[in-house]
Amino acid sequence: MDLDYGPQYDAFREEVRQFLQTHGHRAPDGQGRAARPSPEAVEWQKLLILHGYTARTIPKEYGGYGAEPDILKSRIIAEEFSRAGIPAGLANQGISMLVPTLLELGTEAQKQQWIEPTLNGEIIWCQGYSEPGAGSDLAALKTSARVENGDFVINGQKIWTSTAKQADMIFCLVRTEPDAPKHGGISYLIFSMDTPGIEVRPLKTMTGHAEFNETFFTDVRVPLDQIVGQRGQGWYVANATLGHERGMLGDPDALENRLQALVRLMQKERIGQGCAMDNAVLRDRLVALQAEVAAMKFNGMRILSNSLRGDAGGMAKLVVKLQSCELAHQISALAIDAMGEMGILYHGSEREREDGAWQWNYMFQLGLIIGGGTAQIQKNIIAERGLEMPREPKFATPPAAEQATAVASGQNKGAA
Amino acid sequence: MDFGLSQDQEMLCDAISRTLADTCPLDHVRECAEGSVPFSDNVRSALGEIGIWGMMVPEQHDGLGMTMLDAAAVAEQLGYAVAPVPFIGAHVLAPLALAQGGSEELKAHWLPRIAKGEAQIAVAIAETVEIRDRAGVDFDGAKLDGTALFALDFLEADAFLVADTAGRMHFVAGDAAGLEKVALKTIDRTRSVGELRFSGVAGEALADDGGATVRRLRDAGRVLLAADSLGAGQAMIEKAVDYAGQREQFGRVIGSFQAVKHMCAEMAARHEPCRSLVWYAAHAFDATPDEASLVACHAKSHTGEVHRFVARTSTEVHGGMGFTDLLGLHFWFKRIGFDRQVLGGPEAVRAEAAALQGWTQVA
Repeated sequence: MDLDYGPQYDAFREEVRQFLQTHGHRAPDGQGRAARPSPEAVEWQKLLILHGYTARTIPKEYGGYGAEPDILKSRIIAEEFSRAGIPAGLANQGISMLVPTLLELGTEAQKQQWIEPTLNGEIIWCQGYSEPGAGSDLAALKTSARVENGDFVINGQKIWTSTAKQADMIFCLVRTEPDAPKHGGISYLIFSMDTPGIEVRPLKTMTGHAEFNETFFTDVRVPLDQIVGQRGQGWYVANATLGHERGMLGDPDALENRLQALVRLMQKERIGQGCAMDNAVLRDRLVALQAEVAAMKFNGMRILSNSLRGDAGGMAKLVVKLQSCELAHQISALAIDAMGEMGILYHGSEREREDGAWQWNYMFQLGLIIGGGTAQIQKNIIAERGLEMPREPKFATPPAAEQATAVASGQNKGAA
Repeated sequence: MDFGLSQDQEMLCDAISRTLADTCPLDHVRECAEGSVPFSDNVRSALGEIGIWGMMVPEQHDGLGMTMLDAAAVAEQLGYAVAPVPFIGAHVLAPLALAQGGSEELKAHWLPRIAKGEAQIAVAIAETVEIRDRAGVDFDGAKLDGTALFALDFLEADAFLVADTAGRMHFVAGDAAGLEKVALKTIDRTRSVGELRFSGVAGEALADDGGATVRRLRDAGRVLLAADSLGAGQAMIEKAVDYAGQREQFGRVIGSFQAVKHMCAEMAARHEPCRSLVWYAAHAFDATPDEASLVACHAKSHTGEVHRFVARTSTEVHGGMGFTDLLGLHFWFKRIGFDRQVLGGPEAVRAEAAALQGWTQVA
């Protein structure tokens, strides 16, 4: 066990601190980091790329900083920005999912055209994966793209397209080979959200806000070269990036920050002559969550250390999405309980705490438990890949009666 | 940077794991547990050859002077095998207490014997966590009076180290006049605990350090109980997965049913981060003493909760067989139950963690 990063990393950390001291005041506030970054946020992003504090390992020719991958340096950057409370580089779906995909599987022209403006925050992307009938069973997607006069012609519907309203572009999975087996008939297309035939409708969620959208496609024409990878390979192209999304949802610093916010709330929230922290039951729940946050933090250090050795994350990594999302939800649940009746105030009410953020989190984090691979799908992955338990038996062409039984008992994966 | 066990530590684990696989099969555990004294001479001598009895004894007293992370790695293996041998009390807490506060004579006499596996000193500090049944040992400057419960590694102990109500440790010979020893029978018959009744017993007080030694013993004990629980939990998860991969119902192995698979996944998901927490807490004991008490509390309380869940869930995955004596799964279930309660159940430990952070008005 050696938790020191070593002298060359101490020097690097010092460099990051100096940068934050000198330039930190130029960072945009929270509003600047909305789905469509403000001009100040774009400037900040460019400054960060120039210094290698974001887009660090993206090659220079595509607008990145061009450093060799160094996990510890990336970690130090995250730690120092978090400690200083200064927003780090942009983290949107274009940057975290599309850029790595293009780097791996895009054509040279696609890389040249899309990566740099995406990194700078000048082009915003949305993701067109899920459909009303294709959630956990994403490969069952039906949105079709037929070829006609040198174009793909797209018809169908996507759901959970966050930032579709603000996005310039979409990366989208469509079925191009209707007769191929389901995983083999999908293609990964990229096209402008201004293309005629696209309609975006806000999707209001239980939080009362429309954090997502539904996106409808009617005869949307996209040139044939706006495909990443080959026709029919879209499933594999998309899977190259799903791992990035799961990694994004399990940030141990984020959990620690939420927990600290909860501690402050419980010290501040008055109950009679005392505060919520004086309540032994609430305090007990707080310490239990603190222990679990600590476990996830050290689990993150273990994953980091494993990857330095070139080991895949193993079980330590497989559990992160499931555990982190659940834990974040529990933290918000305790905050609401610590507020007692005050915990239900919302919609900008008199006496509302922190703009209703805890209630919003409590509800939105339930969405995160469901999204990006539901908790049930995560458990299948942990069991099948981590514990090597037997996979779901496949019924090749089940007789009607057996099929009915299988569906009724919810044994097919899609029923999760 | 390297978070985790070193190569040496992994080799130590492998050696212990192989030795226990050879010398400590379930039949042997059962035999020991059903005897009047649980400790296995075979397992003790086999582990002695690896040198673990002196791992926490300082080198100048013929020990290996190893770290708490080494000890945690060993405790995990012992928990995994539900090994019926004295360890946490006799081979970690006792040498720690003697090294920290014992006289030169005490150290010179006992530490080399502990290292060789020739002496066993039980350690009683339960009352520094919670006082039950009005227990507690008073020291009047000369003699000890009162009761100490849950002395660890109790049966066959040659001597005792006991905390008084002011938090000072005392050495007491096994045959001291006025000392009455009563074994306590627990769910876990792979361990031995007992009660010490003192009536004007003359012992030898260790250094009066304002409770610092007791604090260290409590931290160490909690980390190692957590590590033991980690090993026992790991074993229970593996057994559940194996069983679910073999047992057939409705024409297929039950492990292919999502209901069963998800039980196993939940166990693994909650268990896996515990490993990093226990490692970190053990490392902090030596490397960052300022945070050692708090992370020891976290490790103890969190593994206590997680492994209670693992113990019951693994038993359920085994169905009716899990509930039988024949399968022997209950040895692990009970080991985990012991680890959870000793030196403070989760609620008591969390209350202490809150007080350590100034979250409690009256600590």
